Amino acid sequence: MNIVVCAKQVPDTAAEKRLSSDGTLDRSNDADQILNPLDEYGTEAALKLVEANGGEVTILMVGPKSATETLRKKALPMGADKAIQVTDEALHGSDAVATAYALAQALKQVEGFDLVILGSESTDARGSLVPSALSEFTGLPGLTFAKSIEVDGNVVRIQREGDKGFETVEAEMPAIVSVVKGINEPRYPSFKGIMAAKNKPLDEKDAAGAGIDTSMVGLANSKSKVGEWKERPPKEAGTIVEDDGEAFAKLADWLEENKLL
Amino acid sequence: MNIWVLVEHDGGNVKKVSLEMLSKARELSGGGEVAALWLGDGHGEGAEKVASAGPSKVYVCDDSILGEFLISPAVDVLASLCEEHKPDALLVASTTDGKDIAARLAARLGSGLTNDITALEERDGKLVGTYPAFGGSLLVECWSEGTPGIYIVKPNAFSVEAPGGSPEVVAIDGSAVQDSSKRAKVTEVQVAESGGRPAVDEASVIVSGGRGLGGPENFAVVEGLADVLGAGVGASRAAVDAGWYPHQSQVGQTGKTVSPQLYIACGISGAIQHRAGMQTSKNIVAINKDPEAPIFAIADFGVVGDLFKVVPALTEELAKRKGA
Ligand SMILES: Cc1cc2nc3c(=O)[nH]c(=O)nc-3n(C[C@H](O)[C@H](O)[C@H](O)COP(=O)(O)OP(=O)(O)OC[C@H]3O[C@@H](n4cnc5c(N)ncnc54)[C@H](O)[C@@H]3O)c2cc1C
Ligand SMILES: Nc1ncnc2c1ncn2[C@@H]1O[C@H](COP(=O)(O)O)[C@@H](O)[C@H]1O
Repeated sequence: MNIVVCAKQVPDTAAEKRLSSDGTLDRSNDADQILNPLDEYGTEAALKLVEANGGEVTILMVGPKSATETLRKKALPMGADKAIQVTDEALHGSDAVATAYALAQALKQVEGFDLVILGSESTDARGSLVPSALSEFTGLPGLTFAKSIEVDGNVVRIQREGDKGFETVEAEMPAIVSVVKGINEPRYPSFKGIMAAKNKPLDEKDAAGAGIDTSMVGLANSKSKVGEWKERPPKEAGTIVEDDGEAFAKLADWLEENKLL
Repeated sequence: MNIWVLVEHDGGNVKKVSLEMLSKARELSGGGEVAALWLGDGHGEGAEKVASAGPSKVYVCDDSILGEFLISPAVDVLASLCEEHKPDALLVASTTDGKDIAARLAARLGSGLTNDITALEERDGKLVGTYPAFGGSLLVECWSEGTPGIYIVKPNAFSVEAPGGSPEVVAIDGSAVQDSSKRAKVTEVQVAESGGRPAVDEASVIVSGGRGLGGPENFAVVEGLADVLGAGVGASRAAVDAGWYPHQSQVGQTGKTVSPQLYIACGISGAIQHRAGMQTSKNIVAINKDPEAPIFAIADFGVVGDLFKVVPALTEELAKRKGA
């Protein structure tokens, strides 16, 4: 089976994050860029399915040129066979819907895939929106928030981790699946994997090459708009008491005074 | 302005976030139409609650097809209603289903999709939301173009008003559901055991436990306090990774982002990744024996002490005061 894993580059969580003047994430500090942690789970899920059923894993990434590093250092060394990177200035500032459109267009050029696997969220914006929007643009069934995936003939079945509990959901492939944290233990790239990754095919496309209509993407064409922003006002120092055996009563008083009971 | 609200409920049980959204919609609509959209069954039991928040209209679609296939049938029904009536804005709760529905609807209708807002106001005929970025350290203004502009709303962002009223109820069938939407089939549903407590992402009070609890059995201490307060129970990643508490309760950067009225952290150090999920809480209480724990830097009230002494004593005291 052939699986496409959509993977994104995000700033490392420990690194300081800023917005640039246009309200998009400042990505100028390349050293701090990593593969979106959820996409490691997606990549691992795809590798496991291919190991069991045969086939190929292709990583698809929409992102800046500098993201090539992340593909070469992480996604490909984990074991994916090849990557497609869509890079174009016109894509800068695309919101979740525009990104999903771009991914859907790029997918049209991938022949004969059975599954598209995404992470359930990216850790920078915590959107959890691209997978469903992608299902909509591709017209493929969307099986989101998967805690497990199994393939049975031409059917894919997941346990969906919903708000109310678990749902078992199945659909005929091709289908779109998004995975949650903890679906598996992503492998660390081996030394051999890292070496092999240097020579794996990486197909770089610009917007036109990926069939993307640039009037649908980018900051200006995204329908979600960002205005002004400000730092959250610092919190006023709170009351801190040392427990002398009576702190519970002081805390109870405080809760009562602040009408929190 | 006509503002619609997708009601979040499970069967007849209306989630509080729905009433919060309806109350805000009413405040911002300036006398325009506020419609509640009820998809699925249970409207009979939930009708009164929905009406209490004062919508002028309630659309109800309880076609069984909505439960048989994931998300898409609901999107078909909503899309056809939106195309017919052209509301200015649609508010959807920030839940797994809510996000899935909103994302598909935005892609289909060409609408903007403003995510996870914690405040909303009307400005020059436009709804402007506030999105707390990077764990709440930046407050970003954002809005959605399109008809409707779609806004995903975090629970506990708005207060509930109960003006009451008797909205017009309009029943709709599932005829808008397309065949292509009958593909992701739901074959089984297992409802999670909540112990009768509210889920962390819904709860207006959360009591959370961390590694300081020392073991899974000691979560009983946290649950005891939670139950006196009617609170949900949260956990740090350290506690979840150790298998002490289910991962749905994890608060933080890789868990839930919450902003309840009151967050009580017990035996949690307050690592940046934990704070990223809870620092927008309106009131924060920390109980930790280490006076240097970073959680104290954001606490409105902190107790430096042994949680095994403080929490049970507090629980007993609050039970007494509440009983009185
Ligand atoms: C990429 C990434 C993502 C992460 N995501 C999350 C996340 O989503 N959520 C999250 O919580 N963490 C997350 N973490 C982990 C985070 O960095 C911390 O390791 C974690 O929050 C620590 O949990 P803790 O506070 O329970 O444990 P500790 O840091 O060990 O703190 C335990 C605290 O309990 C106190 N204590 C001990 N005994 C007692 C007692 N008897 N009475 C009172 N106090 C006591 C101690 O003084 C200490 O401060 C993430 C880390 C990374 C790298
Ligand atoms: N620019 C992108 N390129 C490839 N995949 C992406 C991109 N943005 C988001 N995704 C995928 O969508 C998932 C959810 O992202 P989000 O909706 O932004 O939280 C991620 O885990 C990725 O799998």
